[in-house]
Amino acid sequence: MKYKAMTALAALAISAPVLFAGGADDDTLAIDGQEMITKTAAPAHMEGTGVDPIMSGWHFREDDTQSMQADTFDNPGMIFVDQAMDAWNTVEGSADKSCASCHEGPESMEGVRAVYPKWNEEAGEVRTLAMQINDCRTNQMGAEAYKYDSAPMAAMEALISVQSRGMPVNVAIDGPVAETWEQGKELYYTRTGQLELSCANCHEDNYGNYIRADHLSQGQINGFPTYRLKNAKLNTVHGRFKGCVRDTRAETYAPGSPEFVALELYVASRGNGLSVEGPSVRN
Amino acid sequence: MASGVKPRVKVPGSASAGEGIVIKTLISHPMESGQRKDSDGNPIPRSIINRFTCDFNGQNVVDVKMEPAISTNPYFEFEATVPEAGEFKFTWYDDDGSVYEDAKAITV
Repeated sequence: MKYKAMTALAALAISAPVLFAGGADDDTLAIDGQEMITKTAAPAHMEGTGVDPIMSGWHFREDDTQSMQADTFDNPGMIFVDQAMDAWNTVEGSADKSCASCHEGPESMEGVRAVYPKWNEEAGEVRTLAMQINDCRTNQMGAEAYKYDSAPMAAMEALISVQSRGMPVNVAIDGPVAETWEQGKELYYTRTGQLELSCANCHEDNYGNYIRADHLSQGQINGFPTYRLKNAKLNTVHGRFKGCVRDTRAETYAPGSPEFVALELYVASRGNGLSVEGPSVRN
Repeated sequence: MASGVKPRVKVPGSASAGEGIVIKTLISHPMESGQRKDSDGNPIPRSIINRFTCDFNGQNVVDVKMEPAISTNPYFEFEATVPEAGEFKFTWYDDDGSVYEDAKAITV
């Protein structure tokens, strides 16, 4: 009986996605007592998308998973923050420097995660946090670059994200980044793969609905890097993009490719106003 | 040999006598089960933490035997009653013979 009711509901949901869209809960997230903005009005550029308010992926997860993120001790992602803390103080490379040599404590990174990806005037390119970390490693430290979506990179991003936890994402979309942003937007709405799905098909038209057993979120990246229970490690934004594009049965772009950088900028801007949560916990 | 092992413990700084408190422990460890094979088909030897204990002022609180099916970074949460001020001592025993320790003092 219950199964039938569910099926009927699902059928309704498919026929009227707008009416039944949502499916996110109304819980509130406070990490160690610090209130997070997990639901807020959509930024101006999203007018016409039908997505309002914007919601953190946290709302689409089960209570157990949600509560793991509410306490930094329970958050398994914090293990990697500890590891990155060691890396932060480790001298590497030909310049005999560690992160701490220039930046002192990681507290100096406060606010950084909230504004990335952003324009780098000197290099004349849009830089993600990962690109900036690698630029520091190769040019300042003379060390080897981290692989773009590797474990040490994810950990370092997590350490930097923690410093901005609770601050609203505020990525610039105008000025020199406008062109890249447009490119990212186009990618977001481009259908790929044998299944011919764009990001928007799932995360804009159908968030709150289920795709098989998965509860679709809005695809916000304010919580990245994300500790996923399914693989027990931190996952980077580009790793997630790759997974999503692969799931449409397409050849994916490479992590760190200009396409994914543009997409990251666009997707990040869709979360303008949400709190930085990284490292978040998801399933 | 497991690398990057780091114990973390959360105990309240103070409690009233006889009060039950919640203790949380987490240790980063790969917990290699011994059932997996590497890319060349050779078995990866088992490397897990096989025992975890917690003592309060010399008196045992929990003593856990752990098996290979336990996932990476084992987490334990348990309750204890605090009769007096003292120190919780936590010990993890690795397959390779390493012993990891942590301690947290509590006032009443």
